[in-house]
Amino acid sequence: MASSIDQRGYAHPDVLVSTDWVEQHLNDPKIRLIESNEDTLLYASGHVPGAVHVDWTSDLNDQIRRDYITREGFEALMARIGATPQTTVVFYGDKNNWWACYAFWVFQLFGHTNAKVMDGGRLKWEKEQRALTRDVPSYQSAQYKAAARKDAPIRAYRDDVFAHLKQEGQLVDVRSPEEYAGTRLHMPDYPNEGALRGGHIPGAKSVPWARAVNPEDGTFKTAAELKKLYCEDQKLSPAEPTIAYCRIGERSSHTWFALKYLLGFSNVRNYDGSWTEWGNLVNVPIEKGATPMSKAAG
Amino acid sequence: MGVPQLPDKLERLIETFEMFDPADRTSMLLSYADQFKEVPPAIATRPFPTSHQVPQCESDAYVWATRQPDGTLQLYFAVENPSGVSAKALAAILDKTLSGLPAAQIAAVGCDIVERIFRQNISMGKGMGLMAMVNAVQALAKAAMPGARGAQREGRESTAGDREITTSETSD
Repeated sequence: MASSIDQRGYAHPDVLVSTDWVEQHLNDPKIRLIESNEDTLLYASGHVPGAVHVDWTSDLNDQIRRDYITREGFEALMARIGATPQTTVVFYGDKNNWWACYAFWVFQLFGHTNAKVMDGGRLKWEKEQRALTRDVPSYQSAQYKAAARKDAPIRAYRDDVFAHLKQEGQLVDVRSPEEYAGTRLHMPDYPNEGALRGGHIPGAKSVPWARAVNPEDGTFKTAAELKKLYCEDQKLSPAEPTIAYCRIGERSSHTWFALKYLLGFSNVRNYDGSWTEWGNLVNVPIEKGATPMSKAAG
Repeated sequence: MGVPQLPDKLERLIETFEMFDPADRTSMLLSYADQFKEVPPAIATRPFPTSHQVPQCESDAYVWATRQPDGTLQLYFAVENPSGVSAKALAAILDKTLSGLPAAQIAAVGCDIVERIFRQNISMGKGMGLMAMVNAVQALAKAAMPGARGAQREGRESTAGDREITTSETSD
């Protein structure tokens, strides 16, 4: 059984809310619950009462370029879900909140800091046998004036990774050990979505993303457990700039969330180009094997 | 040789899916998931044997086939992951459209039907597992076809009185 959120020693415990908290705020007009899943049928099959669905592909990604929605797109999304800049959005979803954290991260590109994640996500809510409904709520369209998208503080592009590599900066590869080692090009049981080379960015430390959660209920591990995982076992320093990556930046947004908010890393960026970009770039450095070899590995 | 034809009921169902817009397709998939019936205790009880587990399926799906007195096959499924909505929908579709057919017709159904049924509802992690479910059904059907090596050896009487098919000895 997970301890209460404020007893776990997180740097910013206010970004997590419990299932109890959500249940107590189901009718709070200042709160908008947002479900984001990998399985597109799950929301329709039953969701937390009052929650809206935000789909990572159709709602958060640009439909032509490999990029996220524009400011106008974000404003339209917020209007659709009836959220103003003052609304506190609470994300939850399947797969240990993998996609919830991804949506949270995209919302931060637009500076919507009134944002939280429901600890444990769908798994915990379902295990606790709390209410689910198929009723799709309808909220009055809201006026939302978004700031220009600001990528730089939390998003790394390819050139940022090159610059980071030159400075021997900290990298966290959050994919499976097999993807990291280069023995497979995609997640176990997932299709190969196209990388020509296997391996990892030189010096990257391997910490598969799901190690940050308790598998039985999807809650985040305590700060002490996370510190051991990232700072002691992998010698990552919270004070040093850090870039996390995976395959397209979704699993690494989960790790980005854990490092930035739960452990208080001061400068963490998510490289959403990730392995589907790096593993296809011509003549970039790549390491193979189960452990980092380069000097940048420390 | 041309592509083997799908059994009529399955082809008609897929054609219906193809006419639907995404919202209607989602509703129809959910409606099938709601109709999902778990394998009866006469065929299998927990813990389900791993020999019937669908590999690569994160919904923890299981599949059985029994040969009925008229020679046709009856399919049964279990989906242990409570969030396995897609797996339940596919299981119900396969049961409703394939159970009661001769093994040879079921064996002609390939995993490409998953893409045709689910379209935008096929999420990254689900696709492989759903295709593996169809492959598992196909393997059982092949094992049940006349002359299949393992089927004759491995077929055994279930408590329901049917001949249960396994594929454990069928690979060369």
